Amino acid sequence: VGKSKVDDEVLDDLEEVLISSDVGVETTVKIIRRIEERVERDKYVSTSELDLILREEIAGLLSENNIEDTNGFTIPKKNVPYVIMVVGVNGVGKTTTIGKLASQFKANGLKVVLGAADTFRAAAVDQLVIWAERADVPIVKQAMGSDPASVAFDTIQSAVAQNADVVLIDTAGRLHNKVNLMNELTKIKRVMQKVIPDAPHEVLLVLDGSTGQNAFEQAKQFTQATEVTALAVTKLDGTAKGGVVIGISDQFQIPVKYIGVGEGINDLQAFNKMEFVDSFFKRNN
Amino acid sequence: MFQNLQDKLDKALHTLKGKGQITEINVAETVKEVRRALVDADVSYKVAKDFTSIVKEKALGENVITSLNPGQLMVKIVHDELAKLMGGEVAELKIDDNPTIILIAGLQGSGKTTFSGKLANFLKTKKNKKVLLVAGDVYRPAAINQLQVLGEQIGVDVYADLASKNPVEIAQAAIAQAKQNGNNVIIIDTAGRLAIDAEMMDEIRRVHQTVNPTETLFVVDSMTGQDAVNTAKSFNDVLNYNGVVLTKLDGDTRGGAALTIRTVVDKPIKFISTGEKMEALDVFYPERMADRILGM
Ligand SMILES: Nc1nc2c(ncn2[C@@H]2O[C@H](COP(=O)(O)OP(=O)(O)OP(=O)(O)O)[C@@H](O)[C@H]2O)c(=O)[nH]1
Ligand SMILES: Nc1nc2c(ncn2[C@@H]2O[C@H](COP(=O)(O)OP(=O)(O)OP(=O)(O)O)[C@@H](O)[C@H]2O)c(=O)[nH]1
Ligand SMILES: [K+]
Ligand SMILES: [Mg+2]
Ligand SMILES: [Mg+2]
Repeated sequence: VGKSKVDDEVLDDLEEVLISSDVGVETTVKIIRRIEERVERDKYVSTSELDLILREEIAGLLSENNIEDTNGFTIPKKNVPYVIMVVGVNGVGKTTTIGKLASQFKANGLKVVLGAADTFRAAAVDQLVIWAERADVPIVKQAMGSDPASVAFDTIQSAVAQNADVVLIDTAGRLHNKVNLMNELTKIKRVMQKVIPDAPHEVLLVLDGSTGQNAFEQAKQFTQATEVTALAVTKLDGTAKGGVVIGISDQFQIPVKYIGVGEGINDLQAFNKMEFVDSFFKRNN
Repeated sequence: MFQNLQDKLDKALHTLKGKGQITEINVAETVKEVRRALVDADVSYKVAKDFTSIVKEKALGENVITSLNPGQLMVKIVHDELAKLMGGEVAELKIDDNPTIILIAGLQGSGKTTFSGKLANFLKTKKNKKVLLVAGDVYRPAAINQLQVLGEQIGVDVYADLASKNPVEIAQAAIAQAKQNGNNVIIIDTAGRLAIDAEMMDEIRRVHQTVNPTETLFVVDSMTGQDAVNTAKSFNDVLNYNGVVLTKLDGDTRGGAALTIRTVVDKPIKFISTGEKMEALDVFYPERMADRILGM
């Protein structure tokens, strides 16, 4: 920047960096305001200190919103399968994320069962079958076009019978503004509860890391319909900065548990706050 | 949202009352509000900035006509300028070559395979073409099955070679088969890829060079945020595509990526995708897109 003191121009540049990373206007304004306050308080802040301060503010913002480091999901060792339902809009990476999770759980010695409750999209079941083979875990499926709630029910029953530790239910991609499709998720939940009353134990909302401001509406609508408990943000191996993570955590306080960083079976990482902040800045330099 | 912007502009312009003209002084705050609204709609920050300075020039000295208040006038200028930028000549698909070869490209999950099916269906039913779909994605699990299922749904042949891992080879063999079977349109579906994946970008470059398509279409998710700038540019650098397809517009995204892409690569948006069904395909209307971006 060639400046030594934080002034309006420097803050304008900062605003550009944050907005251009999909952080969103509201949260960007919040961050800028905090930095302004700090500059005022500390009297003199050099631009070289700015980077550090910004990191601190962003990490702080994530912490305030309970976004802490995780090792991903903690699967309790009870004698009941822990049910994870995976939801999200079309094409974000739900099925792929399930394949990766299945592989991780299996490697941790857990007994995994997959449920192919996307019976709508062309070859959705075939796709999950291939992931089940790759992860070497069993899958419960029915014919294309059958009732997704019925598939979910079968899956839970089968998992209980097999003494499984964890169940991953794949669902069809759906846009959050489609009321009937959102209601279908409620039905899937209700039907699973006939077998395990407190299922699903987790509802994982998958967000595409390259999505812009619409991610907020996705978080809002899916949370309302299904009580989302965790987020996975995918495709962060691309050039998208994934700033939605910051904006969404600021407004919804749902923990980000995983990030997707590729199409391979091992390309799923538990969310790490400082690593995220670091890579966020690396992407911006 | 539109009312929102209008209200904000009215507020920002209240000093103007009685003066009848937009001036340097009263326009500054307005321009900032417009920029915010655009960025909120996912228009690239830089594009939004450049756009608002054009709008500012247009607005300055513009007389406030009696029927419009300054806020309304400003919104009208913004809207018209947006529509103009995204419009221009209607960009028809070129389908007269025999065979016409159409190459489909884009990021992962953007809607390429679904669009390939829709386009095949459109050309078959509306343009009376004998289409061959080509399964050029050899990576994604069940990508080939997916295209085959769609082909069956719409009654269009699909060329696939489960044994090959080479999209260039697959495309060549498909073209040979098309010639033999009298297909006059060939639509090549490809794997999703990131613009920074050098190997994968090189692969599609080779497919492009080998088949020399009549049309190359870049398929982009309308929910895309600020990254649209990078991907649209990078894919254009490699493929110099003829047109853009915006997908998932049945959602509630404002779709600012449309303006970004139009501005940075100056390629027309040829189709929009508005659902998962094979019929959910539409041509692009710049006016409607301008309304949408402004939340009207
Ligand atoms: N680069 C990259 N690609 C990913 C990642 N996660 C998923 N993908 C790709 O994104 C595309 C869509 O992934 P899917 O898992 O089919 O997405 P989905 O949400 O199940 O899609 P629908 O069921 O059709 O709604 C595929 O090509 C995946 O390989 C990721 O972290 N990085
Ligand atoms: N609602 C809606 N969904 C769409 C639209 N276009 C595609 N989809 C859905 O988006 C998801 C991804 O579509 P695909 O056609 O598989 O995308 P792709 O680009 O071929 O994906 P990869 O091959 O994995 O890169 C699927 O669930 C489609 O049904 C659309 O216009 N509206
Ligand atoms: K997407
Ligand atoms: Mg899926
Ligand atoms: Mg595809």
